[in-house]
Amino acid sequence: MPAQSLELILGRQFMDSLSIPGFLVDTEGNLLFYNESAEEVFGLKFGETGGMRVEEWATIFTPMDAQGKLLPPESLPLVQTLQSKIPAHGSMYINNLNRERIRITVTAFPIIGRPDRYLGAMAMFWKSELP
Amino acid sequence: MKVKVWGCRGSLPAPGPENISYGGNTSCLEIRDGDTLLVLDAGSGIQRLGRFLDKKVKVIHILLTHLHIDHTMGLGFFAPLYNPDVEVHLYGPSSSSESLLNRIRKYFSAPLFPVRLADLPNHPVIHELDQSEFEIGPFRIKSEFICHPGPTLGYRIQHGANVLAYMPDHELQLGSANFPLDPEWTSGFEIAVKADLLFHDGAYSFSQYEQKVGWGHSAVRDTIQFAQLCQVKKLSIFHHEPTNTDEQLDEILRRNVEGKTFGFEIEMCKEGSVYEF
Repeated sequence: MPAQSLELILGRQFMDSLSIPGFLVDTEGNLLFYNESAEEVFGLKFGETGGMRVEEWATIFTPMDAQGKLLPPESLPLVQTLQSKIPAHGSMYINNLNRERIRITVTAFPIIGRPDRYLGAMAMFWKSELP
Repeated sequence: MKVKVWGCRGSLPAPGPENISYGGNTSCLEIRDGDTLLVLDAGSGIQRLGRFLDKKVKVIHILLTHLHIDHTMGLGFFAPLYNPDVEVHLYGPSSSSESLLNRIRKYFSAPLFPVRLADLPNHPVIHELDQSEFEIGPFRIKSEFICHPGPTLGYRIQHGANVLAYMPDHELQLGSANFPLDPEWTSGFEIAVKADLLFHDGAYSFSQYEQKVGWGHSAVRDTIQFAQLCQVKKLSIFHHEPTNTDEQLDEILRRNVEGKTFGFEIEMCKEGSVYEF
């Protein structure tokens, strides 16, 4: 396996030190890393799963609208960022570890290295229950 | 290829009787094969290289890892830059905001230096690099961004079956996840893997590093672990902290290798050392 670029390595290091849930993907959307706080939401341990291909982790992270209907991929902030290479932001519902539906808000932004190398994206999310 | 060390001190030249063995000039390596000359970094050591250079050399390729002052301070004192018969190529890292030419111009301008780049008889040919692969004569060169403040490259130089890797400024602890266990997530791994000779930052003892986390340099302990991870044949520890004397450098190395067995050679780099492959 070739080594990752410095920008992705530093992105992982940064995310690893945060208490807000986050994950890191490559340009194809393959999951490269998720942090401890994200482990608590996904119910998975990165040390056990390692990275995951996009087809695999799309079955774990199943975003829905308020009525429980699956959202199309193109409406998700991370997918939008991967397609457009610009930051995106939005809210959705997912099932947490306890099978409870929770509302989360996601901010995704592209990772573009010097001078203009597109390398992947980073997404952070948090619980955002409506008042 | 023949490799000569003209400077391996870090941060600031450190002349003085306490630094006779390892030398006081900052980063500069000469790599030769026949008429092809590569110079890695233009620290204060490049001044002596310029003085003793074979007069027959007409083309010189200077590869800068980055533009911190200890890696560029010798440029203006490199005699071949003032010789109209010599063509100098300058390579260095791209940045997102400013061209390499403009960043080098800052050095060749007031109040830092009296001679402007445009005053030189031949304007150096500028080459911006990022994750690049290219050839100069018999050398195949690969560059990659590595973990150090500001745009900074590591170089992997292949000559026939031999590989030299050069990362004089590199902070391993910040640029690696699960260090030193996961090569896929270790900055600089692709530059150093299975190199015959690795010149790598080992500026500090571990206790010195603990006071300077984030400054862009590595502890000797980490440098040795990185060399082990990369399965190099020989490690030459580079970028000695300017306040570390010969005696202290010997002691730092002794503490890190005593009673341990490594599958490769380890040394503290010495100014004046020559390696032939």
